[in-house]
Amino acid sequence: MSLGAAPHATLRAVTRTYPGARPVHALGPIDLDIARGEFFSVVGPSGCGKSTLLDVLAGLSAPTSGAVAFEGKPVAGQVPEGVGVVFQEDASFPWLSVHDNVAFGLRRAGMDPAETARRVDYAVGFMGLRDFAHAYPAQLSGGMRQRVCIARTLVLQPRLILLDEPFGALDQQTRLLMGDELLRLWRETGATVLLITHALDEAALLSDRVGVMSARPGMFIDLVTTGWARERDSRIVAEAGFGAVTARLWKSLRAESMKAIGHGA
Amino acid sequence: MSAGGMSAGGTSAGGMSAPPPRFGRAARVMWTRVAVMAGLVLLLEVLCRTQIIKPLTMVPPSVMAGEMLRLVAAGEITGDIAQTATEVGAAFSVSALAGFVLGALVHAMPRVRRAIDPLLASWYAVPFFVFYPLLVALFGLNALPLIAIGVVFATPAMMLSTIAGLDRVPRVLRKVARVHRMSPVREVALITLPSAAPHLFTGLKLSFAYAFIGVIAGEFILSSGGLGYGIAYAYESFENKRMYALMLLVLLVATGVNGVLQICETRLARRRARA
Amino acid sequence: MKRQLDNLAILAVILAVWQGLYLYAGDVAISSPRTTFAYAWGLLSHAPFWSHAAATLLAFVYALAISAVGGIGLGLLLGLRRFAGDVAEPVIASLYTIPKVTLYPVMLLLFGLGLSAKVAFGVIHGMIPVILFTLAAVKNIPPVLLRTARALRLRPLETAATVLAPAVMPEIVTGLRVGFALTLLGVLIGEMFASQRGLGFLIINGINSHDVPMTTSVTLLVVVFAVCANGLMLALDRRVHHGG
Repeated sequence: MSLGAAPHATLRAVTRTYPGARPVHALGPIDLDIARGEFFSVVGPSGCGKSTLLDVLAGLSAPTSGAVAFEGKPVAGQVPEGVGVVFQEDASFPWLSVHDNVAFGLRRAGMDPAETARRVDYAVGFMGLRDFAHAYPAQLSGGMRQRVCIARTLVLQPRLILLDEPFGALDQQTRLLMGDELLRLWRETGATVLLITHALDEAALLSDRVGVMSARPGMFIDLVTTGWARERDSRIVAEAGFGAVTARLWKSLRAESMKAIGHGA
Repeated sequence: MSAGGMSAGGTSAGGMSAPPPRFGRAARVMWTRVAVMAGLVLLLEVLCRTQIIKPLTMVPPSVMAGEMLRLVAAGEITGDIAQTATEVGAAFSVSALAGFVLGALVHAMPRVRRAIDPLLASWYAVPFFVFYPLLVALFGLNALPLIAIGVVFATPAMMLSTIAGLDRVPRVLRKVARVHRMSPVREVALITLPSAAPHLFTGLKLSFAYAFIGVIAGEFILSSGGLGYGIAYAYESFENKRMYALMLLVLLVATGVNGVLQICETRLARRRARA
Repeated sequence: MKRQLDNLAILAVILAVWQGLYLYAGDVAISSPRTTFAYAWGLLSHAPFWSHAAATLLAFVYALAISAVGGIGLGLLLGLRRFAGDVAEPVIASLYTIPKVTLYPVMLLLFGLGLSAKVAFGVIHGMIPVILFTLAAVKNIPPVLLRTARALRLRPLETAATVLAPAVMPEIVTGLRVGFALTLLGVLIGEMFASQRGLGFLIINGINSHDVPMTTSVTLLVVVFAVCANGLMLALDRRVHHGG
């Protein structure tokens, strides 16, 4: 992280209200600077607008008010070049093999076949899918399909990677291992990562900073800096500091979660 | 395997079984549908009255409806209605029962199931109506060939629905039955059948529709009495008014009964849907 | 291996039932399997049968083309325009339950006797499943695929061609498979009334002239064709669904 350098992505007074007979004020106002190369997680109760935040940042959704910028340029209505998104739901294309899924973005961008093959091969290997390169998503488990989606985003070498609860459907042990892979990916590519998750321990162990969102309308009520070294993996859970971070996150989050499920704070 | 491709349940909005929609999008959809249908009928009426569609080709809808009501009220077609109804009733009952029993048996015997799978998959590809003449030669020109075709048409639909329903009884519910130490009979009555009920109902709905189609088509092709024959006879005697009146009656009965069954099915599915 | 044996067993049962019916009802009702096979072979080796088959095939191809193009077109339209689709779908689905046989007189009055009526019969049977399956396919495209297309910065035309089209293809193929069978049915029935040519006509004519072997053989040939065609389309259907 380079201190004092311009932030990689910014949100200024961003709000998002869904129109309709009864408009839903889902998000904001949000003010956030994400530094280049940072690993930033967002946690919050269900329905607080975490996914909306990701949509707005990625340019998938226009903010109702406020401004979003990526690499200094405003983000409006279109996903900027250099941004990659991994969604919560399975977004693998069922009609393509794993290999073709991963190659999809590169082929659409008209990349030279040799370079495409090289990058796809690397990504498939990196995500542990080499044995399944010619299988179809329907033949794979949910976790593997998610890895296909991550590989598909990876090959495009995005500078900002947005992930919306990518490990939601996985068991805890697999989550921890996938988290390690994500950290490896982060270190090797030098990309900036924004991870949305509902798992506090995951946020605490993976991130440089964690943003805690309130119940709807989602606003940041706390920003926790973890201070971990760049070379880290899931074994951080053994450190004393880890418990402190998680405790602080839950302290902020507990009341909001109760609000979200309908009890008074 | 699609049993002729009929869909189970229309566009349901999910959630609890709701009262008829009064506000919101569902209401607008319904009223638009009513308006479009009414508009089409009106258009037809105008086209016929102004002779753009010649009277020899088609009579106005109002005349169709009027003649239909007259025929029913005057008791002229009561015999035909009774005959068709009996045939459909017989075909439906036999196929529903046979379909259920056969479906349950096939479900219980995996090897048999695998063996007849290709048979069931191609069942609805066969144009069954080509068998009518053969059936007449076998059984004579009476109700039997019609009921037979109705049964042949409708039974696999019930079978497939039964199999699908029994397949989908969650394994965990069977474990619950064992925890409660239920006898096999109690398990079937209290757990298996209620769990499979939506699919079984779909099977009944499809069975009825297919039995109805099979019988009416048979009456039409084989000229053996009943409403289907009535339509064919009226056509050949150039009695357009009567022909259209009978067509309208068949149309209304088909749409009416199937509509009611569809609504019940959707309600049942909605109540049971896990979001 | 076991599967092949089971299939043969089913075939044997069918033949046995057939022979049984023959023994029960005699030559005046149905001809025996052996007679039928011989007669069918005879039919296939002589030109007159093929001219009838060609007539059926012509009507069938026209009807299938109209059902496919019209069905997919309407299905896409109704699937993409959500409100129109919601209004129309139950109406179209209920068309399935109407004995379309009762509409034949109207078809005959509108189209007269001959090719157009046969094609019309085929179309009113075959277009409905194509529309319904296409409509459902479009409605059920997972929204996340569209968001993925946007995340990958695809242009609208690219999205349609490389994401939407492949996504709806498997269900459309299923719809075409069902439509294929129903179109054939419609055309054959049309020939039973509205034509002096074609395989349907051969069947009904065989009955009227008490030519039992003719009726049985043509029925057999039609059934064999339908089952084989369906088998091929099922294989295509499975391939296109990619194990899903």
